[in-house]
Amino acid sequence: MIPAGFEYHRPADIASALSLLQTHGDEARVIAGGHSLIPMMKLRMADLSHLIDLQDIDGLKGITIAEDIVSIGAMTTQNELITNDELSRRIPILREAALLIADPQVRYVGTVGGNVANGDPGNDMPGLMQCLGAVYTLEGPDGSRAVAARDFYEAAYFTAREDEEILTQITIPVPSMSGYAYEKQKRKIGDYATAAAAVMVGGGNASVAMTNLSDTPIYSAEASDALAKGDVDGCVAAALDAIDPQEDMRGPIAFKKHVAEVILRRAIAKAQERAA
Amino acid sequence: MKDELTQDQRSANLKGMGSSRKRVEDVRFTQGKGRYVDDIKLDGMLFGDFVRSPYAHARVTSINTEAAMAIPGVVAVLTAKDLEPLGLHWMPTLAGDKQMVLADGKVLFQGQEVAYVIANDRYAAADGVEAVEVEYEELPVIVNPFEALKSNVVLREDLEGQTEGAHGPRKHHNHIFTWEQGDKEGTEKVLEEADVVAEEMVYYHRTHPCPLETCGCVASMDKVTGKLTLYGTFQAPHAIRTVVSLISGIAEHNIRVVSPDIGGGFGNKVGAYAGYVCSVVASIVTGKPVKWVEDRMENLMTTAFARDYWMQGKIAATKEGKITGLWCHTTADHGGFDACADPTKFPAGFMNICTGSYDIPTAYLAVDGVYTNKAPGGVSYRCSFRVTEAAYFIERMIEVLAIELNMDAAELRRINFIKSDQFPYQSALGWEYDSGDYHRAWDQALNAVGYKELREEQAQRIEDFKAGKTRKLIGIGLTHFTEIVGAGPVKNCDILGLGMFDSCEIRIHPTGSAIARLGTISQGQGHATTFAQIIASEIGLPADDITLEEGDTDTAPYGLGTYGSRSTPVAGAATAMAARKIRAKAQMIAAYLLEVHDDDVEWDVDRFSVKGAPERFKTMKEIAFAAYNQAIPGLEPGLEAVSYYDPPNMTYPFGAYICVMEIDVDTGEHEIRSFYALDDCGTRINPMIIDGQVHGGCTEGYAIAMGQEIAYDEMGNCKSATLMDFFLPTAWETPTYTTDFAVTPSPHHPIGAKGVGESPNVGSVPCFSNAVHDAFRPFGLVQSHMPHDHWRIWKIAKDLGLHS
Amino acid sequence: MSKMHVKLNVNGQEVEGLAEPRTLLIHFLRENLNITGPHIGCETSHCGACTVDLNGKSVKSCTVFVAQANGSDVTTVEGLTNDDGSLGVIQEMFREHHGLQCGFCTPGMITRAHRLLQENPNPTEEEVRFGMAGNLCRCTGYQNIVKAILASADMMNAQKEAAE
Repeated sequence: MIPAGFEYHRPADIASALSLLQTHGDEARVIAGGHSLIPMMKLRMADLSHLIDLQDIDGLKGITIAEDIVSIGAMTTQNELITNDELSRRIPILREAALLIADPQVRYVGTVGGNVANGDPGNDMPGLMQCLGAVYTLEGPDGSRAVAARDFYEAAYFTAREDEEILTQITIPVPSMSGYAYEKQKRKIGDYATAAAAVMVGGGNASVAMTNLSDTPIYSAEASDALAKGDVDGCVAAALDAIDPQEDMRGPIAFKKHVAEVILRRAIAKAQERAA
Repeated sequence: MKDELTQDQRSANLKGMGSSRKRVEDVRFTQGKGRYVDDIKLDGMLFGDFVRSPYAHARVTSINTEAAMAIPGVVAVLTAKDLEPLGLHWMPTLAGDKQMVLADGKVLFQGQEVAYVIANDRYAAADGVEAVEVEYEELPVIVNPFEALKSNVVLREDLEGQTEGAHGPRKHHNHIFTWEQGDKEGTEKVLEEADVVAEEMVYYHRTHPCPLETCGCVASMDKVTGKLTLYGTFQAPHAIRTVVSLISGIAEHNIRVVSPDIGGGFGNKVGAYAGYVCSVVASIVTGKPVKWVEDRMENLMTTAFARDYWMQGKIAATKEGKITGLWCHTTADHGGFDACADPTKFPAGFMNICTGSYDIPTAYLAVDGVYTNKAPGGVSYRCSFRVTEAAYFIERMIEVLAIELNMDAAELRRINFIKSDQFPYQSALGWEYDSGDYHRAWDQALNAVGYKELREEQAQRIEDFKAGKTRKLIGIGLTHFTEIVGAGPVKNCDILGLGMFDSCEIRIHPTGSAIARLGTISQGQGHATTFAQIIASEIGLPADDITLEEGDTDTAPYGLGTYGSRSTPVAGAATAMAARKIRAKAQMIAAYLLEVHDDDVEWDVDRFSVKGAPERFKTMKEIAFAAYNQAIPGLEPGLEAVSYYDPPNMTYPFGAYICVMEIDVDTGEHEIRSFYALDDCGTRINPMIIDGQVHGGCTEGYAIAMGQEIAYDEMGNCKSATLMDFFLPTAWETPTYTTDFAVTPSPHHPIGAKGVGESPNVGSVPCFSNAVHDAFRPFGLVQSHMPHDHWRIWKIAKDLGLHS
Repeated sequence: MSKMHVKLNVNGQEVEGLAEPRTLLIHFLRENLNITGPHIGCETSHCGACTVDLNGKSVKSCTVFVAQANGSDVTTVEGLTNDDGSLGVIQEMFREHHGLQCGFCTPGMITRAHRLLQENPNPTEEEVRFGMAGNLCRCTGYQNIVKAILASADMMNAQKEAAE
């Protein structure tokens, strides 16, 4: 498992990174933690000749916590997310979910930006960000734009990000809902979810999203509305209606649908208990 | 000389048998100073890498290497055409079949070797592999052995028309052999006349040993001396030397095979692989050393699968539960080539140990080997030649019979155990069990876990489940296994004609330290620690003063290597025997020095003393010095010995395992609440190491039973080629084990030891599996195939109607 | 592809070399620097045999390009031996508690355990198991590895107390 050769770039600021992307077009890819991209490169399934490493761009780092909004730089690692106590106090579901991603080594390197931008349906952060109503900032040659996480994912590995854009920041409104839960069934540590559910609930509001049960993360407005009204069965029915899992080594479709329901109900129960 | 130490103190100082001596290997390993194959770096070394088939069955219509040769750093590309003039495009397998080294016109499994790229470094080699253009014409794929036996598709065209194979007649073009043991008619009669017959298909799925270090080698042909040195991850370095000599025509004295440190073997590193042959050829062709190390995907897809046995069983008993007969027909999926690693006369290994721990008067076993479009191998993954399959089969059949009889499975086992006074015991399928005390072990185990209380708790849980109070069930998994290890007596055990003895050579140095060399090779078992302990106890020199070497065929005596738990039963015996030869000479030297007759001295821990006058003695250290430096009439100088040990029989370790498992009926998840493992491996050399072996073997068994598999789709694509999908549990999922022991020494082994490395794998798989089955037994489950991963357990619950 | 100039501080030593940017850190350590403690087990960042400490974090060096690591501090298992050549505490406890068999996972295990104990000097068994879940072992069943790490924590704390 040896990757093909490439030119390596380590720009110091976002403008240089964007310029490199423009110069090299679809022959270039940006790399954050690289734990999704590098394995693909080693399998020679990712074809690129220019690799743009974002690690030196200070503007992509750090977590800013304001009164009602949290901003997370794209290069923030899962481990930094987990160890930020203030963040865990304000939006505890972030920590709960991040601890279920991969393993310690991968969490030291894997970034939140990479996890949400990559478009891998197995990643946990996209569904969570949809649940939280997060907004992604995309910087491109024509300036920056904001795209809601709920509008970002188009298909597996296809997102609203244009080739010459870089996802720079994730902005999350601090939820008013006090009940939360991220539940994930997996075969072992390091595995993607067989099924995972992110649930926020409280104060007459609710939000529900699911992971690895379709070719994109699934946020369901209908499920969220039902749960907001306290209609758990309606919420579950709506969420199950929205997913479209595929068979893989984790099991057949019927199993995944069943587990999706069980996991979602557990997440709801836990979130409701925490809200109470 | 005055000695203030007591006998016990002197004995303790030796750190001999029975001591939990710390491992001498660890000083190197903990500092990253191990020397594994990939750590070897030779001047001018080149790297080899394979072009592999993406298809499971296809004709190779063309191979174009031009673009690859144009890549900077690529030195050569070998194809079957290049190997053919040397007669090396095919190689013999350990099972009497032959296997393509590089695709000769067609491929028979996904990942099969098609071309071998040689380059200056591994990056250029990989670029070269990418650039080789191969055209394939796809052929129909068969992944199911039952279909293979019906199909018109001929997988092995090279064998077309051959109605006789290495193990007798072939019934079909995709059939390899039929192997029959026991009394067919007698067993059929018993089945007909029995009060009760339970029948079931027991499938032991395909899996892989997956040691953390993959297979690899460095071949170095010295054109000046004509000597080939082959470093490699070989579990049997001496056998590899002989095989390389026979295949290549290079005289055996011009081949040196070295197994350096090995990062786990578990059977994966017994066989001979295309990578070894190609590397040797590449080194001969280029005149430079050539390294080949497979990556994990190559490892899982191509070198050495294990199991894949479909075992149809019938077991007959009286109404009271006394077993009267056992019948088994196995369909064995061997993949594209028969490359199983079994003693020649045993094409299905020791599957005929499948009567297990039970006194079964009549039995019959037939095994049909079949070709399919899957990887070849069929190695003994931490087991002694299909003993895992046999143990799984009988321990499942016992449970199935218990259901049929509506009887407690622990009691059913007790009724049928071979009794301690029946040993040596002749089994219906031809083995002579050396020793055992199954009833004692069983009672010890049941008491230790509180079996009765567990059953009560389980009954309560079932009530609660039925009342809707819980969604979790409890399963109590029972297993009493008997292994057959230590292959083996040369009269019936050989591999490629090489008798399965083993060896040890000991040299005592003048100052009273020693070096010992063996025909085996450690892959984590700690031989350097434990074999020194045997010698320490036998000749009274501290284990710390004894160096142990293995794996270099230029220095170590010939032996058949380490697999099948054979090191302690065979090489361990050779070690004790060689040590005893030394002690016998030492006795003569001591008698001379003490000026008494040979018979007037007696052995006392670390010395010979005059009978009746223990204050008059010569220590082994003193004797060693005298052996070299004093002219002793009638004795040659020096103190060394070699022993080649041909075991009179196998050894039969056994154990009683009990697992308590919680199962979530809705998600199929499980939790191992406790796992108790009692092992009786005869005399215990190092309890610390035995415990470690049991922890490790049980963990491999846990993985196999609960999720690990090599799976294929209908096109023959391997679906489990990375550690994402091939289940190796982490510290988080792995249960904690409670170990226990009993000691029933082997009567024929010089120190009574039986071997233990593989027992926990053999015993734990049925134990975990029986726990899953046991949880659902009250709801009507009889048999469900492994691995018991989440979805398969979920499906059991679903099919039993537990989700509505 | 042209080679780049790589500078690292490995186990306290400044080292330099030329390498293609695509060179994986594990290969640079093993091939260019002859630091063969870290091993290659799976190549897909699951097994952790290649674990090294990179700027104070445990990383799987099979999934880091040397270009990314350029300019970093790297500690491998070789760097955890005491200055006088004796075994470091974790190394000693692995030996003491039979926390290794074939030794292939051991360098990664010990290097990871080192970082774990730096961050959490008093871990529970559960925290050790969770914190070590990025490292696979095929031999030991982890039971004695966990024991060795808990014992290391005790010994390191005792040493710290004694020094104070």
